[in-house]
Amino acid sequence: MNIADGSFFVIVGPSGCGKTTLLRILAGLDQPTEGSVDIDRKSPAKPINSMVFQGESIFPWMTVWDNAAFGLKARRVANAEITDTVKYFLDRTGLTPFADAFPHQLSGGMKQRVSIARAFANDPEILLMDEPFSALDEQNKTILQQELLRIWDETRKTVLFITHSVDEAITLGDQIMIMTAAPGRLKSLLTVPFERPRNVIEMRANPEYGTMVREIWQYLAEEVSQSNAVAPRKQDISNG
Amino acid sequence: MGSGLRTDRLISLLSPMVFLLLWEISGRAGFINPQFFPMPSSIFDRFVVLVANGELLKHVSVSLQRLFWGFVVGALPAIVFGIAMGLSTIVRAMMAPLVAATYPLPKSAILPLILLIFGYGEASKIVMVAMGVFYPILINTASGVRQIPSIYLDVGTNFNASRTMVFFSIALPGALPSILAGVQLGVGMGLILITIAEMIGANSGIGFMIWRAWQTLSVETMYVGLLTIAVLGYVLTTALVEMERWLIPGRRPA
Repeated sequence: MNIADGSFFVIVGPSGCGKTTLLRILAGLDQPTEGSVDIDRKSPAKPINSMVFQGESIFPWMTVWDNAAFGLKARRVANAEITDTVKYFLDRTGLTPFADAFPHQLSGGMKQRVSIARAFANDPEILLMDEPFSALDEQNKTILQQELLRIWDETRKTVLFITHSVDEAITLGDQIMIMTAAPGRLKSLLTVPFERPRNVIEMRANPEYGTMVREIWQYLAEEVSQSNAVAPRKQDISNG
Repeated sequence: MGSGLRTDRLISLLSPMVFLLLWEISGRAGFINPQFFPMPSSIFDRFVVLVANGELLKHVSVSLQRLFWGFVVGALPAIVFGIAMGLSTIVRAMMAPLVAATYPLPKSAILPLILLIFGYGEASKIVMVAMGVFYPILINTASGVRQIPSIYLDVGTNFNASRTMVFFSIALPGALPSILAGVQLGVGMGLILITIAEMIGANSGIGFMIWRAWQTLSVETMYVGLLTIAVLGYVLTTALVEMERWLIPGRRPA
C-alpha cells in the first residue's frame, strides 16, 4: 500500500476493523505486531507526522495560541517563526479572535479547529487524522470539511484521514481505501474523480457523487453483514 | 432565595458571638472554672498584652518562617517525585512500597530522631514540617498525574515533546488541581508538626509559647496560642484557594 506525496488519502472501514489502531501505529503511539511503515522524508528537520485526534485533545490549561504552538515549541523552532506560523494557521482556521481564549470557552467545532491548526502548524511530512469531525453536528461537520479542504489546497500536505462516513471520504479524498471487517485488510482502492478546489455542498449535486456513494456502500455492506454473521464478534478495539 | 442566603450568613456570624457571650456569662456567674476556661474577655486582654509587647508577633513570625522553609524543602521534591511516579511505571514500582511503608509512621514519633540528627536549631523544625508536607503532596501529585486523560500524553508523544516539556507543559499543569489539594492537606500537617516540634525542641515559636504558658500555668496565653494557630490555618487555606484561582486559568467554570 502506497500513499503518494501530497495526496489526500482516506481510509473507510466498518467499526472494529482496526482503522484507529493503524493510525496509532503510524503516529508512534502503538507498536505493530508485524509489518512495517516507511515514510519518505523530504527534510530531516521536519517531523514525520502530526495527528489530529478524534477526542478532545487540546490542552485545557493552555490558550488557543499556546495549543497551536505546541508542536513548534516541542521542536524548539525559533520564536519569530513560531509567531508567524501560528498566526497564519489561526487566521486560516478563523481562530485569530480566540487566540487568548482557553478551550473551555470554545465550542466543539472551535476546539477541533485548534487541533487542526496545531497539526498543520507543525508542518509534518504526513498529517494523520482520526475521525476528527465525528463528534460534531452535521452543520459544523460540513463547515469544517470545507475549511479543511481550503487549508489543504493551500498547503498540499500528505493527509491520511480515517472515517466511517462514506460522504466524508468522497468529499475530502483523492483516494479511498476500503478496509475489510476485522481483521482489517485492504478490500478495495478507489480514486475520487472530483476536481479541486472542491465545494463540499456543490459536489453532492453531482450524479457521479451518488454513484460513488452507492459503490462504496456496496463494498461496506458486504463487510458489515459478514462481520455481523461471525459470532462471537472480535472485541472492538478501535473506537471507530 | 436571596434573603434566605442573607439569613444563613447572619446566623453563621451570630452563632460564634452567642457562644462567646454564653461563655463569658457562665464564667462570670461561676458556672465554669476560669482556671480551665478563662473568660473570652480575659483571653482578649492577654492577646492585647502579647501583641503590645511584641511577643506574639515574634513567635508567629518564627513559626511562619519555619513553615515556609519546611514547605520549600518538602513540597518541591514531593512534586518532582510525584510526577515521576505518575508518569513512569518503573519509578512507581520503585517508590510505592517505600512510600506505603513510611507514610503511616507518626511524624511526631520521629521527632526525637530528628532532634538527634539535626539538633535544636532551625534545621530540625524545618525537617519536621518538610516530612509532614512531603507525603500528602507526593501522593496527591502522583494520583493527579495518573488521572490526566491519556490523550494529552499521546499528544506529547506524537509531537515528540521532550521529557522536560512533558513534565512542565502536560504533567504539572494537568495535575495542578490535585497538587494544590495536597498542598492544602500539607498546610494542616505542617501546622500540627511545627507546633509539636516547637513544644519539645525549641525556645521560640507559637508551639513554644503554648508550652511555656502551660509550665507557668498562664492559661490565657495558651488560649491565645491556640487561637493564633486556628487563624493561621484559616488564613493560609484561604490564601491557597485564591492562589488556585490564579494558577489555574484554564479551569472549567465550576
